[in-house]
Amino acid sequence: MGQHDKYDAIIAGAGHNGLTTACYLAKAGLKVAVVEKNDWIGGAAVSRSLHDGWTYSNCSYVCSLLRREIVRDLELPRFGLQVIPYEGGASFTPDGDYFASYSDHDAVRREMARHSPADVDAYERFSQTVIRQCRFIRPFLLRNAPDPASLKPRDINELLFLVKKAHGLGAKELGETLRFWTMSIGDFLDEHFESDLIKAHIAGAGIIGTGLGVYSPGTAYVLLHHYMGDVDGAIGAWGFARGGMGAISNALGACFEEAGGTIVTGSGVEQFLVKDGKVTGVALDNGDTYEAPIVASNMDVKRTFLNHTEEKHLPEDFTKAVKRFKIRGSSGKLNIALDALPEFPAAPEGASFLRGDMHCSTSLNELERAYDDWKDGHWSKDPYFDMLIPSQIDPTLAPPGKHMMTVFVQYAPYDLEVNGVRSGENWNDDTRKQFADCVLDKIEVAMPDIREKMLHAEIRTPWDIENEVGLTEGNIFQGELTFDQLLFNRPVPGYAQYDTPIDGMYLVGSSAHPGGGVMAAPGANAAREILRNIGKGSAMPSHNE
Amino acid sequence: MTKAATKQAVPIGVIPTPLYDRMEAISTAKSWANWAGFISPLVLDTVEFEYFAIRNQSTLFDICPMHKYRIKGPDALKVVNRLVTRDVSKLRDGRVGYAMWCDEEGMLIDDGTVFRYSETEFMLCCQETMYSWLLDTAWGFDAEIIDDSHTVAGVSLQGPTTFSLLKDAGLDAVEDMKPFDLREIEPGLWVSRTGFTGDLGYELWTAWNDIGALWDRLWAAGGHWGLRAIGAEALNMVRIEAGFIAAGVDFQPVHAAMRLNRGRSPLELGFDKLVHFEKGHFNGRRALLKQQQDGVRYHLAKIDIGGFKPADGSLIYHRKKREVGHVTSGIWSPTMKQNIALAELKAPYGKAITDDLWVEIYVSEEGQWDKRIVPLTFVDKPFFQNARSRATPPNPF
Repeated sequence: MGQHDKYDAIIAGAGHNGLTTACYLAKAGLKVAVVEKNDWIGGAAVSRSLHDGWTYSNCSYVCSLLRREIVRDLELPRFGLQVIPYEGGASFTPDGDYFASYSDHDAVRREMARHSPADVDAYERFSQTVIRQCRFIRPFLLRNAPDPASLKPRDINELLFLVKKAHGLGAKELGETLRFWTMSIGDFLDEHFESDLIKAHIAGAGIIGTGLGVYSPGTAYVLLHHYMGDVDGAIGAWGFARGGMGAISNALGACFEEAGGTIVTGSGVEQFLVKDGKVTGVALDNGDTYEAPIVASNMDVKRTFLNHTEEKHLPEDFTKAVKRFKIRGSSGKLNIALDALPEFPAAPEGASFLRGDMHCSTSLNELERAYDDWKDGHWSKDPYFDMLIPSQIDPTLAPPGKHMMTVFVQYAPYDLEVNGVRSGENWNDDTRKQFADCVLDKIEVAMPDIREKMLHAEIRTPWDIENEVGLTEGNIFQGELTFDQLLFNRPVPGYAQYDTPIDGMYLVGSSAHPGGGVMAAPGANAAREILRNIGKGSAMPSHNE
Repeated sequence: MTKAATKQAVPIGVIPTPLYDRMEAISTAKSWANWAGFISPLVLDTVEFEYFAIRNQSTLFDICPMHKYRIKGPDALKVVNRLVTRDVSKLRDGRVGYAMWCDEEGMLIDDGTVFRYSETEFMLCCQETMYSWLLDTAWGFDAEIIDDSHTVAGVSLQGPTTFSLLKDAGLDAVEDMKPFDLREIEPGLWVSRTGFTGDLGYELWTAWNDIGALWDRLWAAGGHWGLRAIGAEALNMVRIEAGFIAAGVDFQPVHAAMRLNRGRSPLELGFDKLVHFEKGHFNGRRALLKQQQDGVRYHLAKIDIGGFKPADGSLIYHRKKREVGHVTSGIWSPTMKQNIALAELKAPYGKAITDDLWVEIYVSEEGQWDKRIVPLTFVDKPFFQNARSRATPPNPF
């Protein structure tokens, strides 16, 4: 029998959401411990040094959704967090051209006109619609999702808030909202734009991290999810955390420890301990046990309940609903150390869009075919990727003159098909290399000398992400962001308020409302819920508009 | 040829600094301001990216229009010590000090930096023109006042990668310079580890005609360090984060104020520590002593405001009813994620009374005006503080 300690609350998993919950609870005066299976903290918001002199944000790689209310409450800048926005991006084409986006509005109009004059004004209307939808959704991010079946005053109030916001939209916009939440990004873009390249450039945000194609219903919302973030109120802007995404987790960790919290790394939760329907603590892999009347899991809903909780403690239909929860791995990553900035023959020297997100997809059909490969258990032969070279902006990531490149690849299956057998175990050094080669071949469209500039590459498949980070099937959002799994249906109907069938046990990760994207909103909302339930609701900071 | 034909009128309107052509060539915003009669950039590209370059990489800002006066001669120290409120005899040679100077009523004329080369040579660097006031102050002393405003030129190089940049530019001799150190790095090239950003940074000073070459040299070394040229708007954001006051904004230089009672004393602006009564006579001493005894009329304070809407110009109320002050400079701080401001409150608000104070912020949302009443809290230290700004030798980034 190992060590045995007592706490007021235990958080299982030191991802950014678990740490966020931990910070709020510790600041409210609770004695809190965070237990983490890896030797480092951060979950999927980490900076790893895997090649001497380089720092990789080797999972999540850009930052915009992180709620500024949370950054401010927890004073994360004081603990070293600095978020730096980047500007623009581009989609390169095999014929040596590109479509670029810029932070400058007039440049965007001119660039669109270069490709398709009619799309210029269409873009204004498209943006207006998207921003209007973002404005509608954003207030819900830091609120609990109302339970429509509940008659509790708080749920009714939350429902009224939703109805009031919806009413404020007007009939036309409400119709647009319902369409938006259910339609495909492909259909939505086809309604607005003519240029295949422009459509492909925008569509990426509708499929990133999602086991759906551009013509699958629900992908318009996924685009919204990526657009509703902001950097200092500039809706849709994205940025880097200086020092890599680990800077977010490290700042949260430092805040937590200053508030008196304890972080224990190197041993994960083996079992959530339950007695008479109440949680009593956690037992770790290494034999240690920690007791607490409150236990919050930062693991996804499937991992929490199917792998680490005895089924006998759970109602059968809850377990069934958890099993049904869609959490498919659909993306991989290459993290690359570059000896120098690659050549971009298509781009003017020093173009600002090279510091943004870059792609090589040219049409919605191409993206849809990439999805077809994935459904069959293969990585996309002609993949979509979102690649950035953040070391151009963040001087801390690579030695001077050298660079770090992050390439998010869609699609890559969790259960790879080889000789008729679909299994995660089919991912090995050989298949990983084939996958990377397929991606690099396509990157050569933009950077023909990419292979010569590479010093080191880390190849990550959904299988690797599950094994290292602990995200089931390597799904980056801890569950698909489709309408059937959002708001009061996330993760499971009846349990959308961070609670579970086990008393005292909570879910604080992105499986809960409002979902993934390094927002820290699930973690903060869950903390509010926990504090309210123990009569310390006033310890949670309130936010002015 | 008649005499009249050779006469040239003085230039009408703004004129270029020696760096204007370089900035004009890279300016996409074409947004210029008049700074002391010179063309000075408000924004060269975008405020946002210029701001973040200051806090993340390296930036260059043209400070040629600053007014620079040399005080030289056996009595130079006495003159400067009579001028400013702080004790300059305690400033060592090769050091720079932030200073304020007042009229006989103790009202602030301007603030700026005093460069001490030696006991017999100083440079005063400031926003306002100060030649005749310096001549008046030096009357009877054995010291010469030289207006170097248009012979000494300067650039401000600010940001966390500036030390690395200087190294790449062959100026690694700055390595052991501490904050506020001043040194002649190369013949005719003076560097001070000073700035208006609260971050790591340097100001480089050289002859008016040599500043272009210096700019080019820094620019050539800047590629790896994310160097950007910036305008005054981004600079204004970081100076508020650093808690620095600006002339004409957070106080009205008394020589330029038309209305009575617009002047403010260093005590009212919160700079008690920069008023050294024990050093003997200086301009405004008697009035400041009296004010110290009788109490100040105002408190300039750093405040953190609820919500996200910048509060520049907003009025401040006690118990949401009684008007007690206003915000002099306010921004949403992109680095600190705080709604920060400098505010002037009528005493005793801001010192003896710090509770139940509210800021009334007006916001226009696509043509519709709305009012937000949000709470404020007082902040003692600069909003932005980072160990990298003080580390010696500096960090590479």
